[in-house]
Amino acid sequence: MLPSVLRCVRPVSTSLSLSRPLAHFRPHMDPDPSRPVERSIRTKLTDQLTPDHLEVHNESHMHAVPPGSESHFRVLVVSSQFEGLPLIKRHRLVNEALKEELSSCVHALAIQAKTPEQWGSNPSLAKSPPCLGGSRGDHTVEEKLKAGRE
Amino acid sequence: MNSLIRNTARCLRSGAAVYMPRQADGRVWTSSARFLCAAADVQKALGDIVQKDKVVVFMKGTPAQPMCGFSNAVVQILRMHGVDDYASYNVLEDSELREGVKAFSNWPTIPQVYFSGEFVGGCDILLQMHQNGDLVEELKKCGISSSLLEAEKESK
Repeated sequence: MLPSVLRCVRPVSTSLSLSRPLAHFRPHMDPDPSRPVERSIRTKLTDQLTPDHLEVHNESHMHAVPPGSESHFRVLVVSSQFEGLPLIKRHRLVNEALKEELSSCVHALAIQAKTPEQWGSNPSLAKSPPCLGGSRGDHTVEEKLKAGRE
Repeated sequence: MNSLIRNTARCLRSGAAVYMPRQADGRVWTSSARFLCAAADVQKALGDIVQKDKVVVFMKGTPAQPMCGFSNAVVQILRMHGVDDYASYNVLEDSELREGVKAFSNWPTIPQVYFSGEFVGGCDILLQMHQNGDLVEELKKCGISSSLLEAEKESK
């Protein structure tokens, strides 16, 4: 069962800039067509949470998965839809928006869900803890990586 | 874990093998998937498990040896608050537990933290609660006095 968006993916874009440093640090304004999962996450969060500010970071390179994987993400969502909601409800909204990705290729999703006011008073992205290698040899992660490649 | 014990007994009578590892922290999760075959059994067992202890963590690895950075972060945060006596369940040992807890909590990722039977969230939420002081309050509601609160009192 593949997310429908993955079946529509075009081949890799030929317009990649070779002079771009640190290819894995892509600014959120510059979605990479060769990263369908990242694009799908960005689209769904934008559509469903109408964020004032959105960052989607592929952190797969920080984990025990092959280069180019789209399995571990960190998202920062700033939306007025979070106002009055406890953290757990905010995170559930994000999880719901990304249900398809989470049940197929995304293995880990770190979430920061802030209101515009909270973002204004503390505009910082949290850092993920160092990987302890748990994904290595984990057959569930292997299945998800396979789903992401197909 | 009466339901697990009943399931184990039923299983033993039928002759199926049961593997009951004891984790480093002394918490037993009967990890044989063969007798927890019905999803409903897993859900019922989880319902009992989260009520049985004040603090329950479903994680990758054990508190002594976490196998995931996010799970380790939960362990470290609890340790900072002096919470050492809690139930932890290693989802890497049992795929039925791993999938079952995601369905039980309706939460897609591990680690998962429960306080007094109520789902609190994962690593991100626990970290934010720790940073904004809510964790001390929530532990207090469970009858647990955070060591950070004690340290703060002593410094005044």
